Amino acid sequence: MRPYLIRRILALALTLFFVSFVTFVVVYVIPGDPAELILGTEGNPETLAALRAKLGLDRPLLSQYVDWLGSALTGDLGVSIQYDVPVGQLIVSRLPVTFPLTGLAMSLTIGAGIPLGILAASRHRRPGDVGLMIFSQLGMAIPSFWAGLLLMLLFAVYLGWFPAGGFSSWAEAPAGALRSLLLPAVALGLVQVAVLTRTTRAAMLEVLREEYVQTARSKGLSDRLVLYKHALKNGLITIITLLGLQIGHLLAGSIIIENVFYLPGLGRLALGAIGARDLPVVQGVVLFVATVIVLVNFAVDLLYGWLDPRIRYN
Amino acid sequence: MAGSTPVFATIDPVSVEPPAYRQHTRLERLLDCTHLLVGLCLTGGLLLMALTSYFYTPQDPLSMSIGDRLQGPSSAHWFGTDQFGRDILSRVMLGAVVSMSVGVIAVSIGLVVGVLVGMLSGYFGRGLDEGLMRFMDALYGFPAVLLALLMTAVLGPGVFISMVAIGIVNIPVFARLTRANFLVLRERDFVTAARALGACDIELICRHILPNVLSPLLVQATISFPNAILAEAGLSYLGLGMQPPHPSWGSMLKEAQSFLRLAPSYAIFPGAAIALAVLGCNLLGDGLRDMLDPKLSRQR
Repeated sequence: MRPYLIRRILALALTLFFVSFVTFVVVYVIPGDPAELILGTEGNPETLAALRAKLGLDRPLLSQYVDWLGSALTGDLGVSIQYDVPVGQLIVSRLPVTFPLTGLAMSLTIGAGIPLGILAASRHRRPGDVGLMIFSQLGMAIPSFWAGLLLMLLFAVYLGWFPAGGFSSWAEAPAGALRSLLLPAVALGLVQVAVLTRTTRAAMLEVLREEYVQTARSKGLSDRLVLYKHALKNGLITIITLLGLQIGHLLAGSIIIENVFYLPGLGRLALGAIGARDLPVVQGVVLFVATVIVLVNFAVDLLYGWLDPRIRYN
Repeated sequence: MAGSTPVFATIDPVSVEPPAYRQHTRLERLLDCTHLLVGLCLTGGLLLMALTSYFYTPQDPLSMSIGDRLQGPSSAHWFGTDQFGRDILSRVMLGAVVSMSVGVIAVSIGLVVGVLVGMLSGYFGRGLDEGLMRFMDALYGFPAVLLALLMTAVLGPGVFISMVAIGIVNIPVFARLTRANFLVLRERDFVTAARALGACDIELICRHILPNVLSPLLVQATISFPNAILAEAGLSYLGLGMQPPHPSWGSMLKEAQSFLRLAPSYAIFPGAAIALAVLGCNLLGDGLRDMLDPKLSRQR
């Protein structure tokens, strides 16, 4: 396992380096002057020069990048122009919304997607399977923000069961906070449930055709035992690979859903920062989310190296 | 044992059902055809709507009429009107142009750059492969919305930014696919034979290997296209894509959100347009994949 782990850690370090590079390059290298952008029409040559010096834009690009990367590695992502507080602090303050939202959507995805996929595989080519596949095709076609609007229309506007938006803090009203995250989580998770249902079904069908499954059946094992003990275990590699990717999709999707339901998470922070031309915040949020996505994929790599030893030795 | 009948002798050939795979194949073919047909109809409809909107829309999609604001569906306005009295059907039709254009351009960016990267990586391998693939992994960490946020922060919002951001996030998918195929194909006998006959690297890549990668690339393009439509709609919803007064399905949904109680139908039509477009492209992609890769088709 150790050589595999070392190889993966080196690849992770290189990937994270590129993540930081892309985040830096997009802001500082593509045409446009960040200082001019921040000051907008209010800037005069003196204030522009002062801001350029403050942001370090008057120094060579490589030196700017090394400094920026060094600071980012110690958790210093700069200071917000809009709020005048460290960007890291702002990001941390928004995590109690974004992470639980993603977590809830992920729980829904796993809780519904895997059982539905198994159900579809066990009823292959029968009405239940066809029905579930129609559901998954429709689910994949519905954009999460439209699903959010429809859920809001039904459950908040017409039925009044859930709030149409906003967020109560966890400390003051934990039940209220959970309630305000439920509709967004369902909207966010719907597409991923559909995708996971299809993938689980395909993975299970592939495994169910294997000879050892036929052997298990011919030994007289019940369908249930064959499905859960033999097939699911071996179908897990595909499912876990997808789950890793789905966490990334959910995190990115939460940026949009937070704006549908007016939730004060990272998405709202980033979009507000664009309006306020607060570049350090936008850059910080993007770097943070991209890093989390890369780290999740790294964890998934390790997980299936552990689940399937053949991957380690290959 | 002498009196026992051999098992095969008890089987009546007439009563034997045809092998299970034969039944499945027929049903599968029917379902696959259905996928392809429904996909073709929906995608064709979308294309037709986009093309028609160039010379005909029921009303001027940009002309305002405050007296007609937020009307429900009627014979004059089949999909109703928006907060400025503009005809929603006309705006949905024009929105199809935006979605299709962004989809085509973004997928083309991903395809062209991705194939180039994948070719270099898969054919030459070693350090170049490792470096390029790690860079692709890093790009993979940037969903379209993140990259668009970053680019919008510097360049300002606009449909061009959406296209580029969605195009860039599509690069790793095409690069990985091309690389994987190149890794396999470069070791094949026909490539070794061509090399032995004196073919140079460019000739091997362009004449012998690349044509064999085209069908998986075509399938991937049909899979990426609906994702690009979804991403564009999401970015427009956030205000990072097409800017008002020009319509896009995502920005129409954003506007509709403010009038959910007053005009719920306003939120239905642009969303349904996105869903039907994506559904059509997904089904078409599935159908094409089944046609071009029968092995995958059998697994479904």
